[in-house]
Amino acid sequence: MSARAGSIIDKSKDFATAWRIPLSLVALCALPWVLPTQALAVNVLIYGLFAVGYNLLFGYTGLLSFGHAAFFGVGAYVTGIAIGRFGVPWFAAPALAVIAAGLLAAVIGGLSIRTRGIYFAMVTLALAQLVYYVGLQASSWTGGENGLRGFTVSTINFFGFRFSFLDPVNKYYVILAFAIAALWFVSRILNSYFGAAIEAIRENEARARACGYDVERTKLLSFILSGLVTGLAGALSALHLTIVPLDTLHYQTSGLVVMMTLLGGAGSFFGPFVGALAFLLMEDVFSQWTSHWQLFVGAIFILFVIFLPKGIWGTALAIRGGK
Amino acid sequence: MDAQLVAMQLLSGVSLGAVLIMTALGFTIIFGMLRVVNFAHGALFMIGAYAGLFIAERTGSFWWALLLAPIGVGVLGLVIERLLIRPLYGRSPDDPILLTFGLGYVLVEGVRMLFGSDGVPFSTPPALVGVVNLGIGFFPLYRLFVIGVVVFILVLLWLALEKTKFGLVVRAGARDPQIMQVLGVDIRRLWLIIFGIGIGLTALGGLLAAPMRSVSPEMGTIVLAEAFVVTVVGGMGSLIGAVAAGLLVGIVVSMTSLFAPEMATIAMFALMALVLLIRPQGLFGRAGQGA
Repeated sequence: MSARAGSIIDKSKDFATAWRIPLSLVALCALPWVLPTQALAVNVLIYGLFAVGYNLLFGYTGLLSFGHAAFFGVGAYVTGIAIGRFGVPWFAAPALAVIAAGLLAAVIGGLSIRTRGIYFAMVTLALAQLVYYVGLQASSWTGGENGLRGFTVSTINFFGFRFSFLDPVNKYYVILAFAIAALWFVSRILNSYFGAAIEAIRENEARARACGYDVERTKLLSFILSGLVTGLAGALSALHLTIVPLDTLHYQTSGLVVMMTLLGGAGSFFGPFVGALAFLLMEDVFSQWTSHWQLFVGAIFILFVIFLPKGIWGTALAIRGGK
Repeated sequence: MDAQLVAMQLLSGVSLGAVLIMTALGFTIIFGMLRVVNFAHGALFMIGAYAGLFIAERTGSFWWALLLAPIGVGVLGLVIERLLIRPLYGRSPDDPILLTFGLGYVLVEGVRMLFGSDGVPFSTPPALVGVVNLGIGFFPLYRLFVIGVVVFILVLLWLALEKTKFGLVVRAGARDPQIMQVLGVDIRRLWLIIFGIGIGLTALGGLLAAPMRSVSPEMGTIVLAEAFVVTVVGGMGSLIGAVAAGLLVGIVVSMTSLFAPEMATIAMFALMALVLLIRPQGLFGRAGQGA
């Protein structure tokens, strides 16, 4: 049996699992006041959500995608284009971004799921690079190599209350509201029978098939759901940065989320946030004394793959569970 | 649009295909034999170019670099297999992917540390500068040289795999490692050697590409995606698949750049998407394989 949290069997027993949304809310509300800088906190929030979406596919369904930059990036670009070019209100733009990311995930997922096993990582990476080159060439829409600019949201009108979105504290809590809604959505998925089905596929695909699950359709749905959450993270990133760099679409961004998810603990609910926090803290600390921080972060990641493949949170859960 | 132009473009497609075969060859061999997807492929390709640059500067000769750089980087490959890849055999097939991705990260940053982040020019060796008149037009001599080297390497590989006892063991080992172990073959040593040869070929690819592309720590980034496209289009990590797919992709990219230059790179990935749609196992893969 796996010690991973969130399976349908142990949901009533485990305090941390039953209360995971309130716990996340408390922890994330406190984050800007605990971390050295508020800029770091908002990055943890956005990349943590990115990793949560990714984890749905990698951690829970067991599919190693290297193409999630496409959904993150498209979420960001659609938000920027919707606000900057079409004057869509700030709260509606992320909705369009999520829809666009979901549609793209249906196409890329549909194609990649046709291949099996270790081909999956290659195919998702190559298809996402296709999106990157489209983003590079369609420069009249995306700004090409210079990135997309000119869609700054400065004030937010919330039922008559007007407040500045440029203020970092306001910005953090607005983004947090979106993120918590997405976390609740993911938590509901994991608690559903669908959540149990994807874990069954991860543990033993042949057996899940023999039990009568439509493995291909379940995988595709998981891919799309993962793309939706990832797209929202991208949209929030665009609102935060007020620019979409072209590199958002590059496979290095996919690699970033893979590393964060594994460092924190793939297949656990809190793991992705722990991983995003650990990664960004390491970047923050190492880059203070060397511009080559990636060397150290990469080496630590390699050590995790060999010795701690369950990640920080996953290992902590395993120790607590006595396994 | 005259026939001569199309013929020239076709030839440059073949030449691009040769480069693509060379960039994918090391990756394909490791993938085909060991089932290890080497995400550090691009980084080792780049290190091949830097190693060539380093040796060419010290010895003053491109030919020494051509000989020594693949051997040196191949030895690095042996070390990588022994220390990092070997502990992962028998674990999830995703683990080597994750590990080599992290390794690529480290190698690229290491090269930035040693040689700086900026690109370095790599001049074409004096003996290979210039163009040749082929009757239909002028073609760069260096590109013809690359086609020649690729053909030479392919013939050598084919002879080694099909005509020697070592090749027989390798082919059998790729088909059923367990049986080979039972028969008393040290399969781990075999995998070590194949990994080293694969990395050496990857480095050779980087070195050959150096005069055509600029040498920089990021030069391997696109190569990784290219190797994936060639492998997926060809199917199953087979040599013949990689050769056919490399040529096909090269010609498609070259022909696209004749009509719509901005679509050239996109065409390469679109071709892969098309192959996935029609023949998910790749052109030379058999159905049911690829798991």
